[in-house]
Amino acid sequence: MTYDEIFAKVRSILVEALNVEEQEVSPHSRLKADLNAESIDFLDIVFRLEKQFGLRIPREDLFPESIFQGDPRFVSNGQVTAEGLAELQRRMPYADLSSFRENPRLDRIEDLFTVDLIVRYLQSRLAATAPQS
Amino acid sequence: MRWTWIDRFVRLEPGRRATAVKNLSWAEDYFADHFPGYPVMPAPLILEGLAQTGGILVGHVHQYRKNVILAKMTARFHAEAHPGQQITYTVELLDLNEAGARVRGTATVHDKLLAEADIMFAHVGPEQLPAELADPQFVFSGELAHLLRQAESVISASSSSPPSAVTS
Repeated sequence: MTYDEIFAKVRSILVEALNVEEQEVSPHSRLKADLNAESIDFLDIVFRLEKQFGLRIPREDLFPESIFQGDPRFVSNGQVTAEGLAELQRRMPYADLSSFRENPRLDRIEDLFTVDLIVRYLQSRLAATAPQS
Repeated sequence: MRWTWIDRFVRLEPGRRATAVKNLSWAEDYFADHFPGYPVMPAPLILEGLAQTGGILVGHVHQYRKNVILAKMTARFHAEAHPGQQITYTVELLDLNEAGARVRGTATVHDKLLAEADIMFAHVGPEQLPAELADPQFVFSGELAHLLRQAESVISASSSSPPSAVTS
């Protein structure tokens, strides 16, 4: 399945789960800031993705919570440290960290939860489960 | 105040679906005001009954040990309910995991559709509750106890094992 095909299905799911208009959903949309997702919506989205794509999606895989657990090696004065950035990249390999690195404020982490993150995650999962030709 | 908006469970298929009924009597307080001379069951109360049916279906999976909290609902209304009618609530479990569950349900009178809804529940553990809360298992207790026992009595023998699709 191509990126665009997965995106179209994800967009339909978000329209249903978040009660938004199709044109509001782009790959760059942030689930919280742009699409007004609340915490329970993340569970709703995971349930719907599992059904649509026939996958089991551990929530921590896609939408990890408390990544740093207050560890001072990872966060200092509200800023994510270099070690924290490495941890973030490890926990969220499908997130685009480029703009976050420019201003790694802890409270900006939620902006990493974008539609693109979901699509890239699914792309990787689907590629891993596709029959080898 | 009593806040049980189901009278009786008719059928409970553990981990799959449940059916409950609610009888509407003109003696219910809210009909006096909603509306004077034209009694209509307030739509949110129809949804409350539907959510309670779904919440018990979800709670039964873990033998009511987990708190099941209504977290989100998307509903459509199609018709009104009046005194003398019996509402049938039918819910189906769509998804379930450690964090919560999703059900889909309808409220009907005979075969007439009153409302349909998708409902999300969250499992809320003791660590997520305020420390001063007296009973950490506060959902399936009190006045619901009788209804839970009654629901047990209508468990469908044909489906005593939960389907593999909802194991987490």
